[in-house]
Amino acid sequence: MVKQISKKTLIKNGRLIDPKNKIDQVTDLLVDDFKVAKIGSHLTDSAVHIIDAAGKIVAPGLIDIHVHFREPGDDEEETIASGSAAAVAGGYTSVVCMPNTHPPVDEATAVEYVHRMGRQARKTFVYVMGAITKDRAGQELAEMGLMAEAGAVGFTDDGCGLQDAAMMLLAMKYASMFDLVISQHCEDHSLAKNGVMNAGYKATVLGLPGVDPLAEEMMLWRDIQLVRKTKARYHAQHISTAGSVKIIREAKQQGLPVTCEATPHHLLLTEEAVADYDTNFKVNPPLRTQKDVESLRHAVADGVIDALATDHAPHLQSEKELEFLSAPCGMVGIECALPLYRKALIDTGVCDWSAMLAMLTWRPAEIIKVQKGSLAVGDRADIVVIDPDAQWSIDASQFYSKSRNCPYQGWQAKGKVLYTLVAGEVRFEAKG
Amino acid sequence: MRKNRKFQWSRKHLIGLSDLSRKEIEFILDTAQGFEKFSRRSIKKAPTLRGKVVVNMFFEDSTRTRNSFTLAASRLSADVIEFSKKASAVSKGETLIDTARNLEAMGVDIVVIRHGAGGAPKLLSRSINACVVNAGDGFHEHPTQALLDVYTIRRQRGSLDGLKIGIVGDIAHSRVARSDIYAMTKLGAKVTLIGPPTLLPGGVENLPVRVSYNLDEVIEDLDVINMLRIQFERMGGNPFPSVREYSHYFGLTADRMKRAKPDITVMHPGPINRGLEIESEVADGPNSVILKQVANGLAVRMAVLFLVNQAATQQGKDK
Repeated sequence: MVKQISKKTLIKNGRLIDPKNKIDQVTDLLVDDFKVAKIGSHLTDSAVHIIDAAGKIVAPGLIDIHVHFREPGDDEEETIASGSAAAVAGGYTSVVCMPNTHPPVDEATAVEYVHRMGRQARKTFVYVMGAITKDRAGQELAEMGLMAEAGAVGFTDDGCGLQDAAMMLLAMKYASMFDLVISQHCEDHSLAKNGVMNAGYKATVLGLPGVDPLAEEMMLWRDIQLVRKTKARYHAQHISTAGSVKIIREAKQQGLPVTCEATPHHLLLTEEAVADYDTNFKVNPPLRTQKDVESLRHAVADGVIDALATDHAPHLQSEKELEFLSAPCGMVGIECALPLYRKALIDTGVCDWSAMLAMLTWRPAEIIKVQKGSLAVGDRADIVVIDPDAQWSIDASQFYSKSRNCPYQGWQAKGKVLYTLVAGEVRFEAKG
Repeated sequence: MRKNRKFQWSRKHLIGLSDLSRKEIEFILDTAQGFEKFSRRSIKKAPTLRGKVVVNMFFEDSTRTRNSFTLAASRLSADVIEFSKKASAVSKGETLIDTARNLEAMGVDIVVIRHGAGGAPKLLSRSINACVVNAGDGFHEHPTQALLDVYTIRRQRGSLDGLKIGIVGDIAHSRVARSDIYAMTKLGAKVTLIGPPTLLPGGVENLPVRVSYNLDEVIEDLDVINMLRIQFERMGGNPFPSVREYSHYFGLTADRMKRAKPDITVMHPGPINRGLEIESEVADGPNSVILKQVANGLAVRMAVLFLVNQAATQQGKDK
């Protein structure tokens, strides 16, 4: 038998930010045998790969609990391989795929399929959530138990919300048996109807049907009442309105097991971006108002937002070139998420690197119950090395993702991923 | 054409009136006035667009607007291609952009587009080189309708400055209402929107208009009343309980007309639902300018086609 050669990597003089262990100091870090072997000053080791991280941030690899890698079914938009390559380029060492594929991930073999494609891609760790209901149709429970055994890290019918309150109650009760999270895309169809952007003056002027914030808030409020009854773990995806922030904040104050995530676009962009009918800004939930953006940022500052998640949603250019009404919702962004978060949160003084990285590492890890997002000695060496001040221009044509529906094309980004190590192996290294 | 001699029209597309200045709107109206005379000549043709190709791309049903554009283009001696497609599931067939690019490859100079999706003309104007004229998109804008509306009012009243204009009905789903609001307020009129709250658009408080739910209360003050058609095809969700109840509150009946100023100008973009939003007696009565609107539409559309083509030609020369 060939003995597997463990690669050693010594990361020298970096600013190690490990929010979970409350570390923020300049130090060396030695990776050996897939794990963090030593942390300390002036580490030396013979015959190792050395990364000079002076002036750079060394942090636990980022975790994105909301991505769409489109496989199985829509591999012209993205594959698990291309999505994984994009993820490590963005500094992500773990991602959670959503089950709204074709066919959907609503039984154990589909979970296993996603895992297998993730292993074959050999880039980032690929997790998956299973559907709450069969075929995501909202009618009957999917085989949550068997999917949990296969490794699903939660359940969601993402793409749409689970409309029926009784069905949601059932799902929460049943999911409690496995202590896995129910993750909800909050959107009440009876209110959202055929809306394609935020409801209000802007939609009126553009002559586009709007989605009232209530469509999100009503379902979120309803679900929280169900959580009150069931005590099931509940996660609200991509919250977008000031009202949702208020509902979550109150639920947390009452000690309910509720978490939520915010996306780069809802922290940065408003409905004003839709002015020219550019479909790259069509997303669900829609871009809201400056007041909502401020409210989400405030929620980051006071800890109400648990996780930052991209909702990376690749679409074909030919479909995004349709009329605004007909084009699909979603935008890609996992490769440029880090500088976007920096712009939204650090540059605006909302939080510091440590607090921001917490929402990108151990806090999302806790939602999906995986032992990740920490860099203590003995932890698995999922690591990102970031140049916090490097400037670059976002160019979707250079993305590893197969899709180009990026609303940030041409933006000047500050903050760059230099290295991404997954289980001690360098899986991404920035060019030049 | 006589006034505003120094003004230079520079837009090769007419997508909407929201970003047009008062001066630009007046320039179109002045140009239209010049073309109105053509209709009274024995030979109703000008050589202005000779050798140019205009395509009428209508993705929604239309009689009035389409015929008006066709006639306007042929009076200017353009060749006209008629293209129609009831496209709802565009993604299944050729996309809008591909269709337009194909037409452009045939040498089309001006695309007149009506489409069910708001923003489709804007999308088109970004994707092709030809001039794009919006003939109504979703419930976004219908600029030539609003232009003929203000043209008609100006002909009737001399000026819109200080006029009190009521727009009644389904404002939420009306592209005519949106374009009318921009054109009328820019020309100095005071606009009141009248309809049930369920048919008023979101964020209406940010528009430069007043709002009333009570037609009887405001009709006494109005100089002009524009009755919108109830667009059953766009509504959905029963915004009012019945046609009977709607007419009771918002229909322009002969009885209600008694409360209005005797010289009130009655308008309607057509097609009218007789007995629903307007009674026949009123529609055909002495205050009605509904057919004048149609006649004026021709002159306005000739002016628009003429101006966008002129701007495109000028921009071509400048390169």
